[in-house]
Amino acid sequence: MRLGFVFREITQGLRRNVSMVVSIVLVTFLSLTFVGTAGLLQAQIGQMKTYWYDRAQVAVYLCTDTSPADACPQGEASPDVKAVVEAKLTDPTLTEFVSKFYFEDHQAAYDKFQEQFKGNAVAKYVTKDQLNETFWVKLKDADKSAVIAETFTGVAGVEEVRDQRSYLDQIFSILNAASIAAIAIASIMLASSGLLISTTIRLSAFSRRREIGIMRLVGASNFFIQLPFILEGVVAATIGSLLAGGAVIAIVQLFVQGYLAQRLPLTSFVDLSDAFSIAPLLVLAGVLLAALASGVAIRRYLKI
Amino acid sequence: MISISNVSKTYRGASKPALDGVSLEIEKGDFVFLVGASGSGKSSLLRLMLREEVPSKGDVFVLGENLISIPSRRVPFFRRKIGVVFQDFRLLPNKTVFQNVAFTLEVLGKSSAFISNAVPEVLKLVGLEEKADRLPSELSGGEQQRVAVARAIVNKPAVLLADEPTGNLDPATSSGIMALLEKINQTGTTIVMATHDVGTVDRLKRRVVELRSGVIVRDDRKSGYETALPNTDQIEILGGGADI
Repeated sequence: MRLGFVFREITQGLRRNVSMVVSIVLVTFLSLTFVGTAGLLQAQIGQMKTYWYDRAQVAVYLCTDTSPADACPQGEASPDVKAVVEAKLTDPTLTEFVSKFYFEDHQAAYDKFQEQFKGNAVAKYVTKDQLNETFWVKLKDADKSAVIAETFTGVAGVEEVRDQRSYLDQIFSILNAASIAAIAIASIMLASSGLLISTTIRLSAFSRRREIGIMRLVGASNFFIQLPFILEGVVAATIGSLLAGGAVIAIVQLFVQGYLAQRLPLTSFVDLSDAFSIAPLLVLAGVLLAALASGVAIRRYLKI
Repeated sequence: MISISNVSKTYRGASKPALDGVSLEIEKGDFVFLVGASGSGKSSLLRLMLREEVPSKGDVFVLGENLISIPSRRVPFFRRKIGVVFQDFRLLPNKTVFQNVAFTLEVLGKSSAFISNAVPEVLKLVGLEEKADRLPSELSGGEQQRVAVARAIVNKPAVLLADEPTGNLDPATSSGIMALLEKINQTGTTIVMATHDVGTVDRLKRRVVELRSGVIVRDDRKSGYETALPNTDQIEILGGGADI
């Protein structure tokens, strides 16, 4: 088999239906960029999970005078309560789970609140004794928060035990739903680009049916007849998927790192290494999709 | 070389068979004319020999291959040993004469060194070495058919099948093509040619197989066509060329 000949046939085919080739390039470009972005979003969620889960603590809120009466019948927690909680946290049964803990009194809670809600009207009305005194517990294994909850729930003077991860989980489930939706849309787009590729290849084969007829008469093997068409689809889709890979890298570099990361310095974002690991997968997916779509199309069109 | 025994072919949707119990033996080096009215089964017979069709019944052996049982992936390799020429030339309009002939060798994967030797050689044989760089549209009908013949024989096939090769040509040009086919036949290539051209058949005095409604009604070795019924000749000349 002569590569030069196959190559000439491909370039001829690509030249002959430029508009269809451009549409294959565009549709694979768009759909794979979508897939890549969905992948980035997944990576981002994963990264935020590790980041925030790592910082998530279990809060043991002590009673205040304004706490609901059924949890705190005796009002503001006495210093004795603090001593009891502290004793339990330093007890050997818990130290194997607890990495460290610290106590936040009314003043510290107030300062933190004022900082968090700076400029918000609520900051003016809140008083120190409305805010819970809290034991912030950092666990060795974040999954074992139930141990703390079991130990302190129902202890007199403890209003509530709360794992911060329960707040995070809600946010992550929303983000997760968004990225699953993106993947679903991307797969519909991929399916339509597959159909477009097979239509284009069929058209290309139709416009060259004379050559194909002659090739068959002179005894060209099926593989040889089909190869230029399959490669034609693959070349077009490769261009599209390379563009998609470039777009994903550009999104990370210009938008995520260049814009988001500057404005939200405390959040860890996906970086170029994530983009560089997604881009080759996109190209591979594009090539496989095109080979499959054009292979099926041409196989059904060209029978001996 | 070519052995057809008891072959019938009924196309889907057709009430009458295109071929009905045809048996035919063709030896190496033979030059055989297939004659008969349009729809008599000449083209069907050629298509069976090229394995473009499979008979509904009967056996077809060409060059030692059983064309009934040959697996389809081996069909291309079988066809490489057969050359084909058609009434409508079937040249690629956007390729030059040289490229058209080289196309056969290219799809067979021959080296460019081989191609640049073999193509001029065969173009010389058909008398077109001067026009290698012309496009088919710049050639006369006779010249285009010479290109088609060159393409069919460049791979030195053992059998050349010709379906009305002179059907679109004037008598003078036709005799040029026939002289070329005779020359090819003299090199040992078996030629099977379907034709309406009474004059050609008479002049060459070769074996004539006449088909009528899918049945062989005559198989004369070394004879002309003049003994055939003149009335059917007239009809088929007027209506000829429609059965490609």
